[in-house]
Formats: sequence, C-alpha cells, structure tokens
Amino acid sequence: MATLIEAEAVSGGADITPRPPNRRNVRETLVRYRWLLFLMLPGIIYFLLFRFWPMYGAQIAFRDYIPFLGIEGSQWVGWEHFETFFTNPDFPRLLRNTLILAALSLFIAFPLTIVMALLLNELRLNILKRTVQTLVYVPHFLSWTVVVSLTGLLFAVGNGPLWTLLNDVLGTDTNFLADPAWFRPLIVLQDVWKNTGWGTIIFLAALAGVDQEQYEAAIIDGAGRWQRVWHITLPSIRSTIIVLLILQTGQILNTGFEQIYLMSNALNRTVADVFDTYVYFVGIQQGSYSYATAVGLAKAIVGVILIFGTNWLAKRFNQQGIF
Amino acid sequence: MARVKYRFNTPAGKAFDVVNVVVLVGVGAIAILPFLYVLAGSFATEYELTTRPFFLWPNEFTTDAYASILGSTVFVRAFITTVAVTGVGTAIQLALTALMAYPLSKIDLPGRRTIMSLVVFTMVFSAGLIPTFLIVKELGLLDTYWALILPAAINPFSLIIIKNFFQELPKELEESAKIDGANELRILRSVVMPLSKPVLATFALFYAVGIWNDYMSPLIYLNDTSKWTLQMFLRQVTAASSLTAEDLGNELPPPAQGIKFAVVMVATIPVLLAYPFLQKHFAKGMLIGSVKG
Repeated sequence: MATLIEAEAVSGGADITPRPPNRRNVRETLVRYRWLLFLMLPGIIYFLLFRFWPMYGAQIAFRDYIPFLGIEGSQWVGWEHFETFFTNPDFPRLLRNTLILAALSLFIAFPLTIVMALLLNELRLNILKRTVQTLVYVPHFLSWTVVVSLTGLLFAVGNGPLWTLLNDVLGTDTNFLADPAWFRPLIVLQDVWKNTGWGTIIFLAALAGVDQEQYEAAIIDGAGRWQRVWHITLPSIRSTIIVLLILQTGQILNTGFEQIYLMSNALNRTVADVFDTYVYFVGIQQGSYSYATAVGLAKAIVGVILIFGTNWLAKRFNQQGIF
Repeated sequence: MARVKYRFNTPAGKAFDVVNVVVLVGVGAIAILPFLYVLAGSFATEYELTTRPFFLWPNEFTTDAYASILGSTVFVRAFITTVAVTGVGTAIQLALTALMAYPLSKIDLPGRRTIMSLVVFTMVFSAGLIPTFLIVKELGLLDTYWALILPAAINPFSLIIIKNFFQELPKELEESAKIDGANELRILRSVVMPLSKPVLATFALFYAVGIWNDYMSPLIYLNDTSKWTLQMFLRQVTAASSLTAEDLGNELPPPAQGIKFAVVMVATIPVLLAYPFLQKHFAKGMLIGSVKG
C-alpha cells in the first residue's frame, strides 16, 4: 500500500501545468469538463463534509464547547485543555502504554513480517507456497470482535485449549485474559496472528520483481543461500521496508482502537489504557468534547511530525522517502 | 540453469529447505486452527466443551447452539440489519469512490493536483474521533444506519488505486468512443466500467468486509440497542458470563458455551465465503495501483 503515495508523488510531478486562469478560460474549462466535474461532485462533498469539516470543528480543542452555543459561539480558552491533559496524572501512563505497544509492534510484528516474506520467497514448491499464502491471509479479514472472541474461547479459564496448554507448560494457574502482565503479550500475539501474513504481500510483490539473473550470476560466482539473501534479496526490498517503516512511525500513537478497547477490562486498565481509548472514554462516554478533541489533536499532530521526521531522516541517509 | 542451482545445493541448504517447509506449514496451520476448533466446538455439546480442552471433531454432534441463535429474535434482527447495511453501504461507497476516481484519472483535469494533494493530506492528518462524531451528530445521522456508511464512504487508499488503474487503461478506446460522439458519462459506462470489473469487484469486497466487520462505528454512533449490528451482538454474547433467554429474545435459555462458538462462526462465515473471490483479485488489484503509478 505504501508505495502508492510514492507513486502518486512521482506521477503527480509529471502533470501538465494548467493554463493561467482568465475569466473566459474558466468558463470554457467548466463547460469542457462539465461531465467530469459533475461525476466528482459527490466525492468532493464527501471529503468536505467528513474529512475537512471535522478539521474546522477541531478548533473546539481551544474552546469550551457547548453544543447549544455552537462552535463559534463557545468561549475561547486557548491552550487550557492541552495543559490540563499534559499535567494530568493519567498522561504518563497513557503515553507509556501507547509507546510500549507501538514498540512491540515495530520490533516484533514488523520484523516477523519480513522474515516470513523471506521464508515464503525461499519456498520452491509453488503449490505449497500458494497454499500457505492462502491460509495466512485469512485472519486479516476477520473482525477484531471475532479475533477477541476467539482469544476469549482459546484462553477460557478451565476449558480453553491455550489456557490449558500454557498453564501446563508454565506450571501455573493464570487467567491470562484478566492478568495485566499478560495483556501486552496477548495484544502482540493477536496482532501477529491477524496481520503478519497479510503484511507479506507487499514484500513478496517487491521480491517477485527481482531479476532472476542476479541470482543465477551469484550462484555461478559461488554465493551460498545466505549470501544471496543478504546481498540480493534484502537490498531489493530495502526501499519497501523503509517506506513501510516511515508509515508505521506515523502510526505510533494509533494503537488500533477496536483491538485495545475489546481487550481491556476492569482488571487490566493500568496497562490497557491508551490515547485512543482515552479519547473515547472522556469524549464519547463522559461528553468532555473539547478536552477529548484536544487529546486527539495533540496525537494527530505528533503523528504528522513523526511521519515527516522519519521521511526527512530517510532522505538524509540517501534513501527514497514517501513524499 | 537448474543444473547450476543443483550443483550448489549444499547439505545445509537442503536441511534449510526441509526446516522452512515445516515452519511454514506450521504457520499456515496456526492461521486456521483456532477457526477449525471453533467450528468443531460450535457443533459440540456443552459437556464436551467443558471437559475436552481441544478437538477438531466433536464426539457427539449437536446443532443446539445454531438452533438457539436462529430462534433468537435479537440475533435475526442484527443479522438482517448487517446484511442490509453491508449491501447498501458497499454500493454507495464503491460508487462514490469510482465516480471520484474516474475524473481524477484524467491528467488534464483542472485542479487535479490540488485535489490529489488534499486527498493525500487526509491520509496523513485526521481531525480525530470527536470532531467527526460531532459532525455526524450535527448532520442528524446519530442512531441511523447512515452513520455506519457515510463517514468512511471513500477510503483514500482505494481511491488512489482505482484512479491509477483508470489511468492505465488504453486511451485509444476512449478516444474512438469520443469520436463516435459519446460523452464522458457514456464512456465511463460503456468503455471504462466493463474493463474495470475485476478491480471494482475487489474493492467492493474490501468495502463490504469493512462494513461487515466494523465495530467502532456502531459502538459510537448507535445508542439504540435495537439497531445493533452483528458485531455488537457477537461482542455482547461472547463477553457475557451468562446469557438469559431474554438477552436473545429467545424462549429457552441458550447453551452457555456453545452459543459463543456458534455466533463467532456465523459472524465469520460470510467473510470466508467472500475470501476466495477477494484473494483471486486483491494481489493483482493492489499491485496495478501501486507499481504502475
């Protein structure tokens, strides 16, 4: 998916510059493109209504929003909500939980995806390769509700298969679903189970494009299996890895609301609360719209900074970025 | 070349191949075993579910759990609702996306670059949950099914991939249609659409799976429990420690464990039915968009 932006940026650059606008030309253009503009209208309205109007509405982060008074009518309070949030005793805990989950995803789930793509790429039996691919893509299409329900059944106290197995192996009697110490491992496990297979698609596509003659030449030069992977395969997916890494960095503060929300319960709140669920609890459930908007906005802005930051870093190190 | 490869196939290389096959077959098994267990469990008796920790075939076969959910008015309502919302929603989302993608695929369209930049901008920055919620509220969509369809109507990723696909179609066909006097609407309907069926089908399925699986939108936008979708029902059933007949709108109390297995299956099976069609096209659909740009 990531290379799209790259592709877009590249193809965008090749555009013909529109003619300088003067009144007659504007009219002519409108007439000439009337059907195309007409087709696009619903889409434009959608983006204005559901993507850009909320951006205008996000100013309530700087106001004390009261629905009755409307956005502009509500009192301007400046940075007050942001200050409340950053000095809130919950803030360090939310930040910690969010960052730990992001780091686990970055350092466990992401490398596993690459490893799995490499292993699949080394499979010589095509039919086996295709079968394995078919199987490992399936979990991606299951909803988080289903994945969390499956987890609930597999780890059910007393009769769940994984509850039985893990407790036998560890010699314990743990209720994994309620134990805060097991919250993060379970989140990572679900994440890996659901998304690793799917994540390999983009790498396998990049690998399919590698010139086979390079491998043949390397074999003749006496390169072993490992040397071929290290000197040909990995460099050929380097740009894909970097693009995905940049995108993932931008997502660091987005923990995936559904998964965390569905997995959190009264017993694991200390480790389960993250920014996304916090916004839901204080905003939707408690109705502190302005405050929750401020939290969401702070998060979104950090995300943008991170994505541009990594992109800049990638370019510094002579790699292709996404913009 | 095969012989060259063979000559350098060391014993270590062969050992790796064997290990690799074993590992990947294991990974493939792990991907579907939980699902097979739940399938087997949904046909097992309560006694078997509480006594046997793991099985892929029930000793004693029963359809009690399915009978119980099919007799549940709450379930039937949620199921029909979800099917309807998914059907209507997919049609709307795909239409909006394709109709916007087509003009954007015309390189000479005035304002094209600005619009594309704005679309990409929405992928990087979003105003967040609460402002979107307030807009949905403002538009009077709370507690309506439109709230499950419209706020996510156009996925910018899908839009760009479909746009890139249209851009790659041979220009000659369109030009000859134009010479024959067809306008853009006509060209879209009789030239572009027929050529784009596989791509549009793929994204229709993606949208459908997205709506079917959506838990967050109904959670946030639907307060009225009688409007709940299947995912909400599934959550209610599997998170509850015990369910009464009233919870389900049933006459008899459901089998406590079995019903959880059966509901998971019912929520999953439609997605699995769509999967082979999805799989046939998604790799191709994704790559057309991303590689060719």
